Amino acid sequence: MKIQTGEVQPVLILAIETSCDETSVAVVKDGSEVLSNIISSQIETHRAFGGVVPEVASRKHVEVITLVIEEALAVAGVQPEQLTAVAVTQGPGLVGALLVGVVAAKSLALAWGKPLIGTHHIAGHIYANRLVKELRYPNMTLVVSGGHTELVSMQREGEFRIIGRTRDDAVGEAYDKVARALGFPYPGGPHVDRLAREATEAVPLPRVWLEPGSYDFSFSGLKSAVLNVVNQSKMKGLTPDVAGIARGFQESVVEVLVEKAIRAVKANQAQQLLLSGGVAANKGLREALTARCGAEGIELIIPPPVYCTDNAAMIGAAAYGKWRHDGSTPLDMVADPGFSLEKWSVGAY
Amino acid sequence: MNNNAETVFTYRSYSLADTDLLAADLAALVTAGTVIGLDGDLGAGKTAFSQSFARHLGVEGIVSSPTFTIIKEYQGRLPLYHMDVYRISLQEADELGLDEYFYGQGVSLVEWSSIISDLMPLQHLHIAMETYGPEERLITVTGSGEPYGELCRAMIQKWGNER
Repeated sequence: MKIQTGEVQPVLILAIETSCDETSVAVVKDGSEVLSNIISSQIETHRAFGGVVPEVASRKHVEVITLVIEEALAVAGVQPEQLTAVAVTQGPGLVGALLVGVVAAKSLALAWGKPLIGTHHIAGHIYANRLVKELRYPNMTLVVSGGHTELVSMQREGEFRIIGRTRDDAVGEAYDKVARALGFPYPGGPHVDRLAREATEAVPLPRVWLEPGSYDFSFSGLKSAVLNVVNQSKMKGLTPDVAGIARGFQESVVEVLVEKAIRAVKANQAQQLLLSGGVAANKGLREALTARCGAEGIELIIPPPVYCTDNAAMIGAAAYGKWRHDGSTPLDMVADPGFSLEKWSVGAY
Repeated sequence: MNNNAETVFTYRSYSLADTDLLAADLAALVTAGTVIGLDGDLGAGKTAFSQSFARHLGVEGIVSSPTFTIIKEYQGRLPLYHMDVYRISLQEADELGLDEYFYGQGVSLVEWSSIISDLMPLQHLHIAMETYGPEERLITVTGSGEPYGELCRAMIQKWGNER
């Protein structure tokens, strides 16, 4: 039910994201202009509800979702009748958390008579880059977060192919666990980034490349190597060189991420390299990627931090392309904790 | 007789391959509704054990760490609910409604289960992994109640205690 009129109507999508820790609602125009992007952990009113992060429990999402929806519409200055469609993260994620967003989106779609767009969470992370710059195809995305480490190739809009992924720990998780081994409370990833930059020397740690040609990642062995260094120091009665270990760890992670991403860009003739996910805020990674892409003449896009961590604006951006190609999702769709990105590609169903 | 009586089986692993043998045996013995708690320090090999267990349960593809997403579901010979409560509190875990998994049609494997010991069913299997060197691990398998005691006795019969 696309709007047919003489003048070009803007596509206004209300997007909802509740796949994990954040309750977020956004209004996005034409898949690229953010009119509002409300994230519950960042708003004052949330405190009145005694909410704590992480909002892994569906009850926490339920408590704030209507409030966040109202705020998103109010900030955008948009009335429900002006909306083109309602988009929601269908998966992957925690089923109880996903359900809250899905039920809210379906209810609104039905009540307002608007089409529903079930959207993939990782497609959202990738399309967060469209909020910053027009995308050119083919392109390559490096998704790095607490729960994901993936290299995703796109030959054209909305057509996703995962060419590499972590076989054990996600990169953000490896950072947080190494931080804990170095004595920082969870989540301590940002401390490791800071320490690594302050260190004068790096404790040498292994790089895990896996089989030649593989774009997969493995960070579990590196985590064990860090623990061995820490334990050996302690057994000798020495204080571990925390900063040196942090730097050694960061250098290992960044080198592998950058090398594999660059190799993937070249092998797939990608026009752009896109970065996304919470670890995109890591300064060591940003600097190394920026320098390397500069040297190689590769266009690099890194969204601002608010669009890197979980947010609904990115869902609105991804939903836009899906809507243009495939139209709406049936109202009987279900939240899917193991939702496949490749199967969500445009024209795939 | 106490129906939560504990049966303890200890297994010394000198390599990932040793741990894989134990995971294979366990995966062959579990049934719908089996609940396994898994504890051990960072780097003890909990996720490696879970990956072996999943593979022997017939799960295809990559089984990655569920720390961030907390619960990941897979399909093998039985459904596998792979959980990790490392980053959440007892109260937060309580609100997740884990009983639907514990008393469901699959096998629940919970990493860092000691954080939520109050929420674990009284009858369950607990696996503790202790590090004795880069590769060496002492794995203590405790069956609380039945059929978990029987499961441990079957392992003791095969491997002996503290091999």
